[in-house]
Amino acid sequence: MLNQLGYYSLIFGLLFSVLAILQSIRPVVNKSNLISKNIYFSIFLQFLFVILSFTFLTSSFVTSDFSNLTVFNNSHTEKPLFYKISGVWGNHEGSLLLWLLVLTLFILIFVITSKKFDNKYRLLTIFFQEIIIFGFFLFIILTSNPFTYLYPVPSQGLGLNPILQDPALAIHPPILYIGYVGTSLVFSSALASTINKNINSGWAKHIKKWVLTSWIFLTIGIMLGSIWAYYELGWGGFWFWDPVENVSLMPWFCLTALIHTLLVLEKRNQLKNWSIILAISTFSLSMSGTFLVRSGILNSIHTFANDPARGLFILVFLFLLVVSAILIFFLYSKDENKNINWFSKDALIIINNWFMMYFLSVVFIGTVYPIFLEVLANEKISVGPPFYQKLIIPFLIPFLLTMILSTRLRWVKDNIYKINIKQISIFTLMSLLTIYFLNISDKNYLFASILISSSFFLFFNSLNDFLKKNIKLSQKISHLAFSCLILSILLNGIFSSEINTNMKEGDQINFEKKIIKFKTINFEKENNYKLLRGNFELVRPGKNILSFYPEIRVYDQPKISTSEADIKTDLFSDNFIVFSLLNDEGVFNVRYQNKPFMIWIWISSIVLAIGGFFAIVRK
Amino acid sequence: MKRKIIFILCIFLTIFVFLSFFMGLDKDNVYKPIKIIDNKILNFKGDDLYSNKILDLNNIVDTKFILINIWASWCSPCRSEHKYILQLKKNQQLSIIGLNYKDKVQNAKNFILELGNPYDFIIKDKSGTISIELGAYGVPETFIVNTETKKVIYKYIGPIDKEIKSEIEKIIRS
Amino acid sequence: MKKLIKLILMISLTFLNPVLAKSNDEIANKISKNIRCLVCQGQSVYDSQSDFAISVRAVIEKKINDGSSEEEIYEYLKSKYGEWISYEPKLNKFTYLLWLLPLILFIFGGLLIFKKVFIRI
Repeated sequence: MLNQLGYYSLIFGLLFSVLAILQSIRPVVNKSNLISKNIYFSIFLQFLFVILSFTFLTSSFVTSDFSNLTVFNNSHTEKPLFYKISGVWGNHEGSLLLWLLVLTLFILIFVITSKKFDNKYRLLTIFFQEIIIFGFFLFIILTSNPFTYLYPVPSQGLGLNPILQDPALAIHPPILYIGYVGTSLVFSSALASTINKNINSGWAKHIKKWVLTSWIFLTIGIMLGSIWAYYELGWGGFWFWDPVENVSLMPWFCLTALIHTLLVLEKRNQLKNWSIILAISTFSLSMSGTFLVRSGILNSIHTFANDPARGLFILVFLFLLVVSAILIFFLYSKDENKNINWFSKDALIIINNWFMMYFLSVVFIGTVYPIFLEVLANEKISVGPPFYQKLIIPFLIPFLLTMILSTRLRWVKDNIYKINIKQISIFTLMSLLTIYFLNISDKNYLFASILISSSFFLFFNSLNDFLKKNIKLSQKISHLAFSCLILSILLNGIFSSEINTNMKEGDQINFEKKIIKFKTINFEKENNYKLLRGNFELVRPGKNILSFYPEIRVYDQPKISTSEADIKTDLFSDNFIVFSLLNDEGVFNVRYQNKPFMIWIWISSIVLAIGGFFAIVRK
Repeated sequence: MKRKIIFILCIFLTIFVFLSFFMGLDKDNVYKPIKIIDNKILNFKGDDLYSNKILDLNNIVDTKFILINIWASWCSPCRSEHKYILQLKKNQQLSIIGLNYKDKVQNAKNFILELGNPYDFIIKDKSGTISIELGAYGVPETFIVNTETKKVIYKYIGPIDKEIKSEIEKIIRS
Repeated sequence: MKKLIKLILMISLTFLNPVLAKSNDEIANKISKNIRCLVCQGQSVYDSQSDFAISVRAVIEKKINDGSSEEEIYEYLKSKYGEWISYEPKLNKFTYLLWLLPLILFIFGGLLIFKKVFIRI
């Protein structure tokens, strides 16, 4: 019953999206540019039907209705309610429905909030957005219907993957999708304003809100994913340069560049074409990300169930979108006269973009190059952390230094002597000294210490900026948070220490003046899994003793065993113990890690997003 | 004019990217190791399962071919391939060496008692390091070495079935 | 401000010194982070608990104790399993573009900015 209702809601939604496409393009073609009441009506109904369909799927999950194939594959009667609900979007079909829900919600919000803009621009934006929505409707109905009927009805489901039963991961996908979907609106709006030729500071102000919203959600989404990887997947790492992680990072770089470019557009009415190019690329990157993840073309820990048919659909759809975007851009955009002084805030923003595009290209090339090489030369290579670190880290130093300058320069043109020459010379001297000292020892630490010095430099400068009145609050917050983020990532990377050893119950080992004791091991039984709980003690000189209870879980449905780390967090460092069974004779592989400033990575990411929030709220 | 060139370049680049993605869709992203048949001279030492003496591959066989089979008592596909290995034992040209992967000695002995012993020698690989040195992925896995050239000439990952068995026999005869 | 910066430099220098000496364990961890677990989905040997990964770690430790250098161990594993096992692709005719394209784009972008965007003074 719920199956049919959900499916027909989707069909009705599809019909209204077709209606909205026709209603939005007709007034543009016959040049009346009138927005009729009907178009509001269609967009509202389309949203209503998607929400209905989503509700039906959710209730199927909550009531464990196994006549639905998606529910059967991804749920189980014994799952807690929270994970039954998160199971709705924890699979391919349901996550697409959620995606569609956000898409239709966003276009509704756009229609309501954009009344002061001219009609042709609004109609065209609705038109492009509705085409994307139409594509998604087709995609769901044709290749990934979440309401497939299953008969005979099984009495029990296959269960949600236990690794995915986690609070951070339950809310990570929706938040990331909101970020992705936001970029689609930026894309449609950019194309519409290219045709309508209303790319000016008014448009910049208006689209900035959407850009910032996507950026905030993307930032938080990426952070949640990496928190999950930190305590669930990884053995202490939080960023693996895994293709799926990279795919979410690419639109982030693009959006960050776009936020800064829009500032120039808003203040100086410059860089119009560049803003449009960035808007188009952001969305294309989000979509190709989806393609790469969903088609199973990548070898990654996070891949969904593979289905080439789905990959083909997204590929063709994306290709049509990108080609038409390029066509529209070349047909309607005009060459613009740029006049930007090389020593001004504007110039620094361009330099910021330059670096962002470089980081983007490194991540993009690193991610897709193995696919290309395999197709064209039949060679298989792996591109992993060393590649990204080697190409990105050296460029961070000049990047951080230009960031320091950014708050110190005025728009249009500034006087070079205004810069505190002393400060710069101190920094140069400092770097030279560091080079001198470290050249003798190890070349790898040369970079590290210059980097740390530059990020400290940026950190204190951003702190100092808080006292100034002429800088926007959002910028103060975000830049401080960013410097804090870079700093904590670097310090964490360099000063992390770990020991990886084999222990039996009752063993103890010494590690860097600390003692790790493996006290006991207990066998316990929980609702849907059995577990081995270890009790470890960490004795640190001059500090309190920490007790750890890491677990090895063996789940019943499906049969998977996982290691649950126990992490003790304080302001300065995380202590992390995880263990796994090595063989039947009671020997365990125990890994202890001390990771300094771990919590600051999360705190600064959140503050970074808060900075974006202030940019939306305050003028 | 310049604009047109950039436009055409953009379109071509897009087509190129999407075409590669399209072709990539058909590719399997699971690693296929057929290409790498290690051509280096192969030799290894290890403890014998029964006598605990150190065995050196060079000194224990005098046939033209050696079949190295990685197995373990806890690996259920190993059970299914065992009868084919027993059949292969009939070939005079072939010595069969078992590499017992991360196993308990008693379980391994029971396994052999139950299913029969096709192996001329069984070498223990308690830590799994010998199989890594062979370039193996896990259990079951089978190599054929030509003792004259000291090269791995055939490698198969997974349980041996009827077809693989006859393929191996063909290689030995040629 | 100046004093603060000097202080930071001093601190970072003193902090970095003890890190310079690397133990065998640390080298083994570093190597296993750069080696792909071939039987897993996109995990490094360091992050995986599969039998394959555990065995590869044992081999790496053995090789280090036998006195092999980091480079030798990578080469050894590559000779057994091919380029696919290493997370750092070697610079060869297949990977020139991979390593150089980002840098070329960076330089190209820089030239474009300085020629087209900035006005001359």
